[in-house]
Amino acid sequence: MTKANLIDAIYEKVGLSKKESTQIVELIFELMRKSLETNQKVKISGFGNFNIRGKNIRRGRNPQTGNEIKISARSVLTFKASPVLKKVLNG
Amino acid sequence: MVKSELIQQLSEQANIQPKIAEIAVNTVFDAMINALIKGEGIEIRGFGSFKVREYKGRTGNHPRTGSVITIEPKRRPFFKVGKELKDRINHQAINQTPEPQQELPVEIP
Repeated sequence: MTKANLIDAIYEKVGLSKKESTQIVELIFELMRKSLETNQKVKISGFGNFNIRGKNIRRGRNPQTGNEIKISARSVLTFKASPVLKKVLNG
Repeated sequence: MVKSELIQQLSEQANIQPKIAEIAVNTVFDAMINALIKGEGIEIRGFGSFKVREYKGRTGNHPRTGSVITIEPKRRPFFKVGKELKDRINHQAINQTPEPQQELPVEIP
């Protein structure tokens, strides 16, 4: 499934034009990105939560050369599926 | 941000009725859930991808009592963040992107 399928779903269900449906799908993901980018988690009930986790600086190794390198502190995104979603997947 | 806030922001920025925005957001997540139920992966460019992993049933030991128990097969959804979003979240990555290397001046013998 790609964005094209989501656009079709909106087009059929909401009755907007293809162009408007495309804008809406793009906007939904952009609003989620904007929230995450400002460190605000996104919680979609029945689907799951997108959280931002801060990672400390740590040492790692370049797997190719074996050289020790510093891995800088960073923020990463994690997804935790809702219990509801886990349940319907196993229904 | 929770779903109702997403709906509200969508309604304001797309200039559509809140009710329409609500149907649109629910339609998107329902369609995504249905794809996952079918075992289909989802790929959203610029955001990330979702996949369902299948786990076989197995026998395990109950951690407290040590008795043998059967673990049923299960399916779990997983998300992998897309590159654009990953970079936008990790602002440092953008700051630390090395400058394109300058071409060395050609030495004239």
